[in-house]
Amino acid sequence: MSASASPVGATTARAFDPRAISAAAQSPNLWQLAWRRLLSDKVAVIAMCIVIAFILMSVLSAFGVYTKDWNREVGNNYAPPTFAPGDLSSSDAPPVVVTAASQTGDASALPYTFTTGVKDPLEAEMREIYGALGRVKSSAASAQSSPPGVTSSVVDPLAEDIIAIKKELGRPLDSGLPAAQFRGPVSSVKDPLEDDVIAINKELGRSVAGVAAVAGVMSVAAASEAKIVRAATLPLGGDKWGRDVLKKVIKGSETSILVGFAAAIIATIVGTVLGALAGYFGGWIDDLLNWFYSIFSSVPYLLLILAIAAVLNQKGVFTIIMILGLTGWSSIFRLVRAEYMKHKSREYVQAATAIGASDMRKMFVHIFPNISHVALVQLSLHVVLFIKSEVILSFLGFGVGVDTVSWGSMLNESQSELILGKWWQLTAATVFMAIVVTAFSLFTDALRDALDPKLK
Amino acid sequence: MSAYLVRRLWQMFPTLLGVILFIFIIFNMVGGDPAYVLAGKISSPEQIANIRKELGVDQPYYVQLWIFIKQVFTFNFGASWSTNELVSDLFKTRVPPTLMVAIPLLVIDTVLALVLALTVAYYRASLTDRAVMIACTVAQAVSILVYIIVGQYFFAYKLGWFEVQGWGNSYFENQFKYALLPILIGVAVSLAPSIRLYRTFALDEINQDYVRTARAKGMSETRTMLTHVLRNAGIPVITNVLVQLPGLMVGIFLIERFFSIPGIGREAILAVERSDFPVIKAVTIYVAIATMVFNLLADLLYKVVDPRVQLK
Repeated sequence: MSASASPVGATTARAFDPRAISAAAQSPNLWQLAWRRLLSDKVAVIAMCIVIAFILMSVLSAFGVYTKDWNREVGNNYAPPTFAPGDLSSSDAPPVVVTAASQTGDASALPYTFTTGVKDPLEAEMREIYGALGRVKSSAASAQSSPPGVTSSVVDPLAEDIIAIKKELGRPLDSGLPAAQFRGPVSSVKDPLEDDVIAINKELGRSVAGVAAVAGVMSVAAASEAKIVRAATLPLGGDKWGRDVLKKVIKGSETSILVGFAAAIIATIVGTVLGALAGYFGGWIDDLLNWFYSIFSSVPYLLLILAIAAVLNQKGVFTIIMILGLTGWSSIFRLVRAEYMKHKSREYVQAATAIGASDMRKMFVHIFPNISHVALVQLSLHVVLFIKSEVILSFLGFGVGVDTVSWGSMLNESQSELILGKWWQLTAATVFMAIVVTAFSLFTDALRDALDPKLK
Repeated sequence: MSAYLVRRLWQMFPTLLGVILFIFIIFNMVGGDPAYVLAGKISSPEQIANIRKELGVDQPYYVQLWIFIKQVFTFNFGASWSTNELVSDLFKTRVPPTLMVAIPLLVIDTVLALVLALTVAYYRASLTDRAVMIACTVAQAVSILVYIIVGQYFFAYKLGWFEVQGWGNSYFENQFKYALLPILIGVAVSLAPSIRLYRTFALDEINQDYVRTARAKGMSETRTMLTHVLRNAGIPVITNVLVQLPGLMVGIFLIERFFSIPGIGREAILAVERSDFPVIKAVTIYVAIATMVFNLLADLLYKVVDPRVQLK
C-alpha cells in the first residue's frame, strides 16, 4: 500500500522544483497506471463490461423504459417461459388464449355489469377468479377422457393471496401500507370499503376451491377472459398473477443495484470521514470513535439491522439504504484510520504543515488522494455485501415494500411456486443476482490488484 | 498472561456499556412508548400498564437506563410480549437446537475447507486453482436463500432423503434426522468463502523459507504440507473459527426459519416480525457479549497454539 501511494506523495513533496513538474507531467500517475493494469486483465475487462451493462439497464429501467408496467398482468397465471413451453400441454397449464369469441358470443366480460359507470373495485379479482374457473373448465374439457382426478389437482390460485392478506391484516393497525394495497390493481382506488373488499375477496377465494370441484358443469365463466388477451407464454415466464418475470427481474435489478450503490456510498463516506478524523487527530477523538467502532462491530451485522428494522417498523427503499449505510461503515473506518495514522507523519504532510495548510486541507486534499484507493476498493466490496443483505432483508419482509420488487421478494414468491413446479421466477432471480454479484466480485478483486500490485 | 486477561476484561467494560446504551437508545428513545406497539397485541390495559411500569416509561431516561442495565446483568428481561414466555426460559430452550446445527456445521466446514484449501494452494496458479477459485466466486454469488430453497425442495421434498422440516424431543432424533439437511446446506453455503480464506492463509506459509528447507532435506511433499504448512496455516484458522461462532449463530437463522428448528435465530426473526422488543433486546445484547468473549478467547488461544505470539 505504501508503495502505490508514494508517486503522488513524492510529486507533492517535489512540487517546488520546476524540473520535477515537467517530469511529473510526462510520467503517468497512480490512476493511469492502475487503469492500464486493469485493462490488461481480461477477466477484469469482461466483468467491468457486465457491471456497466447492468448499471445502464437499471438506469434505463428507472426512467421507465420497458419495465414501466412490470406490475401489469400480461400473461396467464404461471405462464411458462417461451423457451420451455413444454408445460403448456401438461396437467393444469392454461390453454393458449381464451377469447370471448372462441368461447361463447357473450358481449360482457363479466357475468354482471354496473350501470352507473362506477368502477368495480373487485373487477380485477373477479376476472382472476373467473379466469381460473375458465381454465379449470377448459382443462377439464380437454382432458375429458383422463381420470377425474385431474380437476381435483387444481390448486386454488388465490390461496397464497389470502394468506398474505391475512398476514397483513394481522399486523398492528398502524403499520405501513393498507392491506388492500397488497394487490396491484386495487391499490389505486382508496375507498372506504377497502376492508369489506378484502373480506369479500377472502370469501371468494375460499369458494373457488369448492367451485372448482364442480367446474365440469360450469358454463358461466366461459367468457371471463374476453377483454384481456393474456399471453400463453412470456419471455421468462409469468408469476402467480401472470406478471412478466423478465420485467420483474429487471425492475428487481434496479432496486437491488440502487440499494447496493447508495448504501455503499453512504457507508464509505461515513467510514472515511470518521476514519480520517480518528487516524489524523488521534487522542480523545480516536478513543471516542474507536469506542463507536467497537460497539458497532460487536453486534453481528444482520442482527443489528434486524433490530433497527424492528424499531423503525417502516419499509421502503430509502429506509433500507439508510439502515445499511449507517450501520455498515465499521470495517471501512478501521482501514482508513490505519492509513491516516501511517500517512500523517510522512514528509509530504510535514511539508504541507510547513507551508501552513490547515488540518482539513491536509486531511482531505493532501492525504486523501493517497488513500483513496483503499476507500474505492472498500466501496466496491460493500456494494456486493449490501446487495446480498438487501436480498435477505427483502426476503424476510423487512426490506422494500410491497409496491416495489426486488430479487429478495421474488425469491420469497418463488419459494411456494417451486412446490408447484414453477421454477422460472426462482431461476431468473438467482441467475441475474449471480451474474451481477460474480461480475462485481471479480471486478473488485481486479481493482484491488490494479491499485495495489504488491498484494498479488 | 493474567495481567493481560485482566486488562482485556477491563477494556470490554466500556464496549459492553456502549452496546447497552446503543440498544437502549434504539428501543427506548427511538422506539418510543411501548404502549403503541402493545396496543395491537395485548388487549388488557392493566397488562400494558404493568409492562410500562416495569420499563419505567413515565420516569426520566436515566432511571429507565438503570432498569435496563439491571435487566442485562440479572438475566431478567421479563416475559415476551407475544408468547408471555419468560425471556430467560426462552434462551434455555432455544440455544441447544442452535448449537446442534452450528457446531457440526462449523467442524465439517473447517475440516473440509482446510483440506481443499491446502490442495488448491499446493497447485497454486494452475488451471485447477483458477477453476476452483472461479467456482468459489460464483458459489458465493448465489444467495444463501437459493441454497436453502433448492436444497430443501430437491433433497427433502422431491427425493425424500431427509425430513422437509420438524423437530423432535430426543437428541438423536433431532441430530440425525432433522438437523442433517440443515447442516449439509450450511456447509455447502460456507464452504466457498472458507476455502478462499484458508487458501490465502496456506499461501502465506507455502512460500516461507522453512518449507523450502523441509523440501531441501528430502522430506516428502505430503509430510511437508501436512506437518509443516498445515500447522502454521492452522493458527489463523483456529482463531477465525472462534471469532466466527457468534456470527454463525445468527447466520444460521435463515436455515432455522426454513426448517422450523426452534433455535435462537428463528426466535429472533419471529420477535422482529411480532415487534417483540424484550426478546430482540436480549438476543442482541447476549450475542454481542458472546462476540466479545469469543474474540478474547481467540486471542488467548492464539497464544496457546503459537508460543511466538506476544500478548500486549
